[in-house]
Amino acid sequence: MTVSDAVVEKRRGLSPRQRAQRSRGIQYAVLIVIVVVAAFTANWSQIAEVFFKPEFVKSAFTSGLPGAFLKTIEYTAGAFVIGLLGGTLLALMRLSPVAPYRWLATAYIEFFRGLPAIVVFVAFSLLPLAFADLVIPLDPYGTVWLALGIVAAAYMAEVIRAGIQAVPKGQIEAARSLGMPAGVATRKIVLPQAFRIVLPPLANDLILLVKDSSLVFIIGTSAAAYELTGFGRDLANTESNLTPLVTAGFCYLIITLPLGLLVRWLEAKAARAH
Amino acid sequence: MALVEIQNLHKSFGSNHVLRGIDFTVEEGEVVCVIGPSGSGKSTLLRCVNLLEVPQQGQVFVRGEDITDRDCHLDAARQQIGMVFQQFNLFPHLSVLDNCTVAQTTVLKRSKAAAEQIARDTLDRVGLSDKVSAYPMQLSGGQQQRVAIARALSMDPALMLFDEPTSALDPELVGDVLTVMRKLALDGMTMLVVTHEMAFAREVADRVVFMDAGVIVEQGPPAEVIGNPKEERTRTFLRRVLDPTHVEPTP
Ligand SMILES: Nc1ncnc2c1ncn2[C@@H]1O[C@H](COP(=O)(O)OP(=O)(O)O)[C@@H](O)[C@H]1O
Ligand SMILES: [Mg+2]
Repeated sequence: MTVSDAVVEKRRGLSPRQRAQRSRGIQYAVLIVIVVVAAFTANWSQIAEVFFKPEFVKSAFTSGLPGAFLKTIEYTAGAFVIGLLGGTLLALMRLSPVAPYRWLATAYIEFFRGLPAIVVFVAFSLLPLAFADLVIPLDPYGTVWLALGIVAAAYMAEVIRAGIQAVPKGQIEAARSLGMPAGVATRKIVLPQAFRIVLPPLANDLILLVKDSSLVFIIGTSAAAYELTGFGRDLANTESNLTPLVTAGFCYLIITLPLGLLVRWLEAKAARAH
Repeated sequence: MALVEIQNLHKSFGSNHVLRGIDFTVEEGEVVCVIGPSGSGKSTLLRCVNLLEVPQQGQVFVRGEDITDRDCHLDAARQQIGMVFQQFNLFPHLSVLDNCTVAQTTVLKRSKAAAEQIARDTLDRVGLSDKVSAYPMQLSGGQQQRVAIARALSMDPALMLFDEPTSALDPELVGDVLTVMRKLALDGMTMLVVTHEMAFAREVADRVVFMDAGVIVEQGPPAEVIGNPKEERTRTFLRRVLDPTHVEPTP
């Protein structure tokens, strides 16, 4: 028996199942080491004091957290509606037979998708300086919905366009052969099917929008208009403690986690339908 | 006046010259079957009759009106022409009933109640009155195709176009659809049918049109075109369709 034969023999000694077990054992060992090191080196009482102090959680609730929670939802919902309407319009423009419409829509979409959203918000914060007598109605909602919606429309337009193009050509042909004009065929036949197709990615956009609504504080709204991030930051500042911000952060999860489940459910449903 | 009259029709897709000068007419009440090898331009011809394909040259007259004229009210012309597709193309997001009412209410401006009454009547004609509230996905292929026929009939068309209506069906479902079409023909509907069902063409058609390579090679009563074809190309095609195991002798 040669040396290499011996090595082969030894490898054979471990079955695939045994090798998998050994690999898993190593991974657990690494994890335990990390946890133990963290447990002994971190100053847990200070961490708890700064991030999770119960009395600050309580004071957050009494000093306006529910209102800020509601504002986050209102800002997001309004922006979603604007994004959906604007996005549908842009998607239809991108697919228009009229070339200038296509160019306009493409320029808009590429511009606002390429731009960091924060730049748009800074621009909106400076608008009143540039145009002294500019009044955006429904203060503060109008400004916030517009700033968030302008960016959301660009993202949603691409999703909706893909959805419209995913509707089989035979559907349009069937509609037109029944005498439906192009507009009616689009409204009654194409768009309902397109929205069914894009429901999961649109719900995903909604989650992104919830998080983007945190950028609102850059516009410099008044305290009464604070959403979760603005509220948490403000209170954390005055209390010199991060607990209010952490509490606000958990509130985002209350919104986004169920939405994430919704996305997965919609995706599973769509997969079953095909 | 002929219901449909086609004059010198030419259609190309890029450099592919698919229809090479088609002249033909369909009279009121006539049943015309179009046969021919795959790729010969049968579907394209049918789709030119309601202008789903726009021909480069030639005219299509429906009741004397030139629908290739750019001033023609195309949607109005299409209302008179029902079309049944090989792949059914039912609207999957609408129930069977709504599939049959959506064009009635939006195009013909019928009231919802009137449209539903007509839809129920046509669904009854195709033997599906019990599937009114089902969705297309829940139906078999044969049932879907019959809904597609009912959907077209709900618009009271003067002409029905069928593009290989049974080619996508499992063999045991073909009969139901052909039965509905046979009944329709007996009721006097004008029909233009692209089909590979030679028995159906022989029995139901008033006239059979044989197409090959973008031209009409011969046409006439089924007994002549199918039973005793004059042209060699027709004979070759029929030998192949009627006896698929037949092997052409190599020249
Ligand atoms: N939309 C299209 N674009 C490009 N080529 C097409 C299109 N439709 C049909 N053709 C071509 O036209 C020819 C005839 O097609 P078709 O009318 O479907 O024939 P048939 O129905 O007799 O089988 C084929 O070569 C096909 O590839
Ligand atoms: Mg075909």
